[in-house]
Amino acid sequence: MIKYAWLIPVFPAVAFPIIIFLTRKVRLLSALVAIAAIAASFVMAVGVLREVFLLGVTMEKPVEYAAPWLQIPGLLKIEAGILIDPLAAVMLLVVTLVALLVEIYSVGYMHGDPGFSSFFSYLSLFSASMLGLVLANNYFMIFFFWELVGLCSYLLIGFYYHKHSAARAGLKAFVTNRVADFGFMLGFFFLFAMFGTFNFRELAEAIPGYQNTGFLALAAALVFIGPIGKSAQFPLHVWLPDAMEGPTPVSALIHAATMVAAGVYLLARAFVLFASLPGIMLLVAYVGGFTALFSATIAVAQRDIKRILAYSTMSQLGYMVMAMGVGSMTAGMFHLMTHAFFKALLFLGAGSVIHALEEQDIFRMGGLYKDMKVTASTFIIAALALAGLPPLAGFWSKDEILAAAFDHGFTGLYILGTLVAFLTAFYMFRLIFVAFFGNRRAGLHGHESPLTMTIPLLILAVLSVVAGFVGTPFASHGFSTFVYYGEPHHVEPNYAVMLLSTLVALAGIGLAWLLYGRPSDVPEKLATRYRSIYTLLVNKFYIDEIYMWLFRRVVLGLSEAFNWHDRHVVDGIFDGVGDLTRISGQKLRFLQTGNLQTYALVIFTAVVIIALWMAAPVLGGVIQ
Amino acid sequence: MITLNHYLALGGLLFCIGLFGALAKRNAVAVLMGIELMLNAVNINLVAFNHFLEPARVTGQVFAIFVIVVAAAEVAVGLALVLNIYRRRLDSNVDDLDWLRW
Repeated sequence: MIKYAWLIPVFPAVAFPIIIFLTRKVRLLSALVAIAAIAASFVMAVGVLREVFLLGVTMEKPVEYAAPWLQIPGLLKIEAGILIDPLAAVMLLVVTLVALLVEIYSVGYMHGDPGFSSFFSYLSLFSASMLGLVLANNYFMIFFFWELVGLCSYLLIGFYYHKHSAARAGLKAFVTNRVADFGFMLGFFFLFAMFGTFNFRELAEAIPGYQNTGFLALAAALVFIGPIGKSAQFPLHVWLPDAMEGPTPVSALIHAATMVAAGVYLLARAFVLFASLPGIMLLVAYVGGFTALFSATIAVAQRDIKRILAYSTMSQLGYMVMAMGVGSMTAGMFHLMTHAFFKALLFLGAGSVIHALEEQDIFRMGGLYKDMKVTASTFIIAALALAGLPPLAGFWSKDEILAAAFDHGFTGLYILGTLVAFLTAFYMFRLIFVAFFGNRRAGLHGHESPLTMTIPLLILAVLSVVAGFVGTPFASHGFSTFVYYGEPHHVEPNYAVMLLSTLVALAGIGLAWLLYGRPSDVPEKLATRYRSIYTLLVNKFYIDEIYMWLFRRVVLGLSEAFNWHDRHVVDGIFDGVGDLTRISGQKLRFLQTGNLQTYALVIFTAVVIIALWMAAPVLGGVIQ
Repeated sequence: MITLNHYLALGGLLFCIGLFGALAKRNAVAVLMGIELMLNAVNINLVAFNHFLEPARVTGQVFAIFVIVVAAAEVAVGLALVLNIYRRRLDSNVDDLDWLRW
């Protein structure tokens, strides 16, 4: 099975043209083709993971198949190949599983949409790109799929392209990611310039012994810009909340499996590069930690159900990046996996609510629990998992990150992480108390969604409960002995950290209940009392506005300057050459009289001069 | 005694007269006559060189005959051109024949 792992991205990749060219007209067949393809990939991924276990494939002994793709002897060698280690195997499973469930769910959600078939074709291409990215064995290939993922996100975020805001959001996601991709590209070109290879394993062997750490640090910092954009870290996070303009299943896919996970996955793949540079690791850790806190505070003040979830994703991605930065690749990947399940569940649940109400403002919802029992209860399970209550999945993975920060001596980041855990519990349960309990505010009545939508919710709810058990510190051969960097290690349970984070999560839920659990005017009072802070949070710290201002001033100002330079200096030179030729031609043409005798005189004079010149030696040097 | 130098002086004089005629005359026929004079000056030189330096061979004389033949052809073409221009413009003044310039 592992030999044919390259087929995993091929199935959905083939489904894309089939849907576009053949089954476009028959809507259900299109969905069936897409689902069959991703299901085949899922089965293959399960098989690959099983063989990884059975054959004893470890992080040190990965399986690699590669064929030369582009070769210029002595200059360039680019391979098309796959690299399978436990890291890739786990990612394959997560991506195919979430994508499969999202596609099944979409049959119900997108029912009746005129773009039904193309939606499924884009989903297939999206999954194919992400799976290719996971399997890539060198930087060049990973970049290729990285760009494809970006393209698909553009197509899907702007899926309702007739809506102006959706079209703009797609563009924003694409452009922001392009900025980050450029940094990533420069970074791995630097690596190629230093080591002469794109291959991960060859680089992993060469990097630790490399002396010129300044240059290496530059390359690592540039590579890190890629994840900053893709995984929506500060300051390139602005595209992610706007990406909520896409259909909700797309948000689930982007936030759980295919898009933002790519950045964290790249950090894990390139971990050897970062691990050798303490300074860059510190940068990674603090960017992640800051993003976690920054977006958690914004989420507290949002009203749109999908935007709250979007900022929550940013915050959790911050956790993952922070885990990478404090040196625990295991904790980051573990959280990526558990988060994929419960965040997909949250988004699909939100989609179920939006599908029923066609309303996204949580303050216009209320009392939904009575109408949509399955959606509400699965949503609450996911929220508990996200808040990190034991024994749900999020508890184990978040705890591992906090414990890693604590154990590696990053006390500041540990406190920050705990604070974020408190905020997470608070904003999630603010959402739940407002939307699912209490009175119906706007007279909106929900109704339960069809089975194609609720079954994926139930499956994901089960996963949100059990997925954490593979990595608990109480399991003897857990996640940490499977996906790791350096030595396989066993994480000792840190009871103090566990207890504190549980208490903090409960406190967050409790505060949410106090403020929103029953009718009260305390939230409004707080908002008026701390007006400035509240406005700042509602407006997302004005980051978008700052970017617009910068864009207007700096980019457009520079463009003006370059425009002037181009018009007057560059064009001036070329126009000058043209004018010179034209004017000199105009003046010089008067030399041509057209009079034959004048020409003859000139020719004769020239002949005489040449003759005298040549005769000079004979004439005794009279002339010279 | 007439020496080679006398012939060369005569040839040079004739050439200069011909050159002056070719460059300075306004009438196209006169210009053609000047060119003929220059060619004949060269012929005198050729024959004189042949007679004084290599009397055993007739190279110079044969060459002179070639020049006469070419000159006759050239006069035929030249006069035809002048005649046509004259018919067209009722004038054979070379100063006015400047329509080949810009």
